[in-house]
Amino acid sequence: MTKRPIEPFLWTLFSGGGVMAAFFAPVLLFLLFLAFPLGLFHAPSYDALHSFVAMPLVRLVLFVLCSVPLFHWAHRFRYTLYDGLQIKHLNEFIDILCYGGAIVGTLLAALLLWNFS
Amino acid sequence: MRPQPQPAPTPYTPYHPRWYRTPVSTYWWMHRWVYFRFVLRELTSFGAAYFCVMTLLLVRALSKGPQAFEAFEVRLASPFFICMTVIALLLALFHTSTWFSLSAHAMVVRIGGTRVPGILIVAGNYAAWLVVSAILAWFLLR
Amino acid sequence: MAETIQLEVTRYSPEKDSAPSFQKYEVPLRKDWVVLDALNYVKDKQDGSLTFRWSCRMGVCGSCGMMVNGEPKLTCATFLSKYAPGPVRVEPLRYFPIVRDLVVEMSDFMAKFRKVKPWLVRKDDKPLSEGEFLQTPEQLEVYKQYSMCINCTLCYAACPVYGLDPFFIGPAAIALAQRYNMDSRDQGSDERMDILSQHEGIWGCTFVGECTKACPKNVDPAGAIQQYKLAATMNWFKTLLAPKAPR
Repeated sequence: MTKRPIEPFLWTLFSGGGVMAAFFAPVLLFLLFLAFPLGLFHAPSYDALHSFVAMPLVRLVLFVLCSVPLFHWAHRFRYTLYDGLQIKHLNEFIDILCYGGAIVGTLLAALLLWNFS
Repeated sequence: MRPQPQPAPTPYTPYHPRWYRTPVSTYWWMHRWVYFRFVLRELTSFGAAYFCVMTLLLVRALSKGPQAFEAFEVRLASPFFICMTVIALLLALFHTSTWFSLSAHAMVVRIGGTRVPGILIVAGNYAAWLVVSAILAWFLLR
Repeated sequence: MAETIQLEVTRYSPEKDSAPSFQKYEVPLRKDWVVLDALNYVKDKQDGSLTFRWSCRMGVCGSCGMMVNGEPKLTCATFLSKYAPGPVRVEPLRYFPIVRDLVVEMSDFMAKFRKVKPWLVRKDDKPLSEGEFLQTPEQLEVYKQYSMCINCTLCYAACPVYGLDPFFIGPAAIALAQRYNMDSRDQGSDERMDILSQHEGIWGCTFVGECTKACPKNVDPAGAIQQYKLAATMNWFKTLLAPKAPR
């Protein structure tokens, strides 16, 4: 083999993100962004949440949880654009849009979690 | 129907002037329910992306202080964000169910030389999902 | 025996037509008839010019694959009564060039089929006098499912990725590669990996999953492709960590 293909690496991120989204997204979406703002349950206080996120290990977990699914999105949306609209000739543009978006999201996540105070 | 150019032959199939090559419609995924369901399954990834972005915004609000966090919670309770979250939640649930049923094909688990049937793998995934969800819910609600 | 059902059959004469059209035939609706019986009835009694492929009539040869009401089916195993009161639309397999009527051109599949080396590859062939390569029932069970393929190409007609990208190697060929990879007597998985880890190989697949539903032999090509992706990924990380090590 002369050149290492990139696909296995991207597929790892895709599958990892898919597993994370499948297991964690429904319950967290429901509780954090629906039930708590609407007051359906007794939400944890600001101080409790803040001191929880302040723990380095929690921030590391959040970094993985908020970046890898973005590559899952990039992978699926890229193929949907290719095949669904038959615009494979625009593939460089689509790749930059999808993976560029995921990379920007990852960098923002790193910045935000690193500077958490 | 307007005549469409026939797709170019590939190195695998030689060109033959009299073979008819049916062009694939751009809207192929709208012609059959199973294909539409496939595209819908792919678009559930927007639910995952929404989850990432919103979680990061929550972290940012936490970082900015109690007032910013309070304002963020109020904004989340607005009709727009409620709608968005409900859509994302439905997409996420659809993703979970399709991901688990696909995993039965992608994963080969052998116990004692025989392959574990797909239905058991799917059931195992759902069981694990319920446990994970319950633990997270307990942790956030205690 | 008054009950009949209408067939709408694709007709395409390469000498006369610029595009295919449909022709209607009224055939008896018998509960023991499959779609292939109805086509043979048309050919014998109504229109001898109707052209289609068939051979064994029992789901073994894989010749009689056609689209029945838009679904890829072996017409010898698809009962007419399932589609009553009709009409039943019979078309040539999707995504393949049409040669005439219901006959499609399959050289594309044949070329890809050969490309994945569907035979036992040995690095050290031992002489016949040393005996055969033995295999236990457990080792057989590992690949047996993938060896059931009859090359009917229904999975290609079910696969939108193949329709959109004719370079894609396709479900049956990849499942067949997996059949030999999983065979305890085979040593060719590295050679096949070099061919199939290309973009047109396993990575073109988006796991629509329709190939598995279309397969009349329960081969599960979609599963085979995902398992292949997993193997290729493990291999990728292994060679990343130890580039010089034999795969």
